Amino acid sequence: MSSITAAGDRAATKVTNTKVIQPAWVRVVHWVNAVAIVLMIMSGWQIYNASPLFNFTFSSSITLGGWLGGGIMWHLAAMWLLVINGLVYLTLGMVTGRFRKKLLPISAKGVLDDTKAAVTGKLSHADLSTYNQVQRLLYTGIIVVGILIVLSGLAIWKPVQLQYLTALFGGYDTARYVHFFMMAAIVGFLVIHVALALIVPKSLRAMIIGR
Amino acid sequence: MIRKLRSLIIPGIDKDLLVKDATKLMPDLSRRRFIASGASFGALTLLTGCDVSDSLSAENLLTHMSKFNDMVQARIFNPNTLAPTYSEKDIKRPFPFNAFYAEDDAPDVDGKEWKLEVSGLVQNKKSWTLDELHKLPEVSQITRHICVEGWSAIGSWQGTPLRDFLKLVGADTNAKWVHFRCAEDYTSSLDMPTAMHAQTQMTFKFDNQLLPRAYGFPMKIRVPTKLGFKNPKYVVAMEVTNDYKGGYWEDQGYNDFSGS
Repeated sequence: MSSITAAGDRAATKVTNTKVIQPAWVRVVHWVNAVAIVLMIMSGWQIYNASPLFNFTFSSSITLGGWLGGGIMWHLAAMWLLVINGLVYLTLGMVTGRFRKKLLPISAKGVLDDTKAAVTGKLSHADLSTYNQVQRLLYTGIIVVGILIVLSGLAIWKPVQLQYLTALFGGYDTARYVHFFMMAAIVGFLVIHVALALIVPKSLRAMIIGR
Repeated sequence: MIRKLRSLIIPGIDKDLLVKDATKLMPDLSRRRFIASGASFGALTLLTGCDVSDSLSAENLLTHMSKFNDMVQARIFNPNTLAPTYSEKDIKRPFPFNAFYAEDDAPDVDGKEWKLEVSGLVQNKKSWTLDELHKLPEVSQITRHICVEGWSAIGSWQGTPLRDFLKLVGADTNAKWVHFRCAEDYTSSLDMPTAMHAQTQMTFKFDNQLLPRAYGFPMKIRVPTKLGFKNPKYVVAMEVTNDYKGGYWEDQGYNDFSGS
């Protein structure tokens, strides 16, 4: 009887030692999304350059497609990758309970406390399986941004067939600005996200090999 | 102006080397089959039903995806959905001139000499003078012109519905395309469902004035369910056809359907 319990304990210890931080499906959709989002941003910049909303254009060294037609081709091809992969992510995130377990709850106080801890270098990264409050806020926020950038993109692409969606974004011209600012939010997120992954390399490892 | 599609290929990747590396990883039989099939993305995706003899390149994949998007857009297109209309005060004045050439180089068509050539799958192939066309029933629309570049402008166009004209000349409306040729040899094709859309218009006036040279005198095709480049100006010929004849920008890589 005691030997069974001991074996059980050993197995339990082993499980915690090799605990999967990021399950395989998360890693797959994460990296597919990474490719899709980079293609979308770079081709989006190419399209932006054809009729800039602001007093600047993106350098051709960081745009994709070579010219407007090429940029559109990339953008409207990669959108399938982004949207299908995004739908898989949202579905699995809800079905597996990952969103509920990982992203909730978020409180204003928690976010403030963790932000303070982070800037004073006191935020613990010992347990990567639990997101701190700042991570929860950013990861939840970027999901909302992701949904908005796709919807505003559809509103620009199909302002006649999906005219109610376009109207919801304040019309065609406003939807372009929404689409742009959502891109800016994603780029801002990416800068922080990549920087932090490099500062805490084991989080990057977990997103590659799972542990 | 005509830029090479070559630039679509991912820079820094030698496609031949990529194929070589990929085939090395395969067992013999599948390697032989893979090479025999032209090592194509088409064979890998099948999504677009593309020709397996196509070669491996981002360019090919993108062209297939663009065709796939044409198909998706044709399905999304609802012939009964009207483009939103606006009021007089929304009209952009002056309405922007846009073409692949400067405004000074726009065709200067003599309305007295001009005739609209009608050909292809139509019963009556007679050419039409401008006076004859001006006698057709006139409808008006204030709609948003959306350029492939991203900008948009609301304009006011008057003319006769293209679908009424197609019926008048006995066009085979089961044909696939209506192809337009313009005075400066610009071309564009409209799919028949779009050509038959209630708001697709043979336009003779802008803002209730005879169409000025900048906006396509003597005739423009106004299609509020398409991007601007599918709204040809200075039209001289219309052909109803089952053969896809492309267009000036479509041939260079702009998405063919480009529906709004």
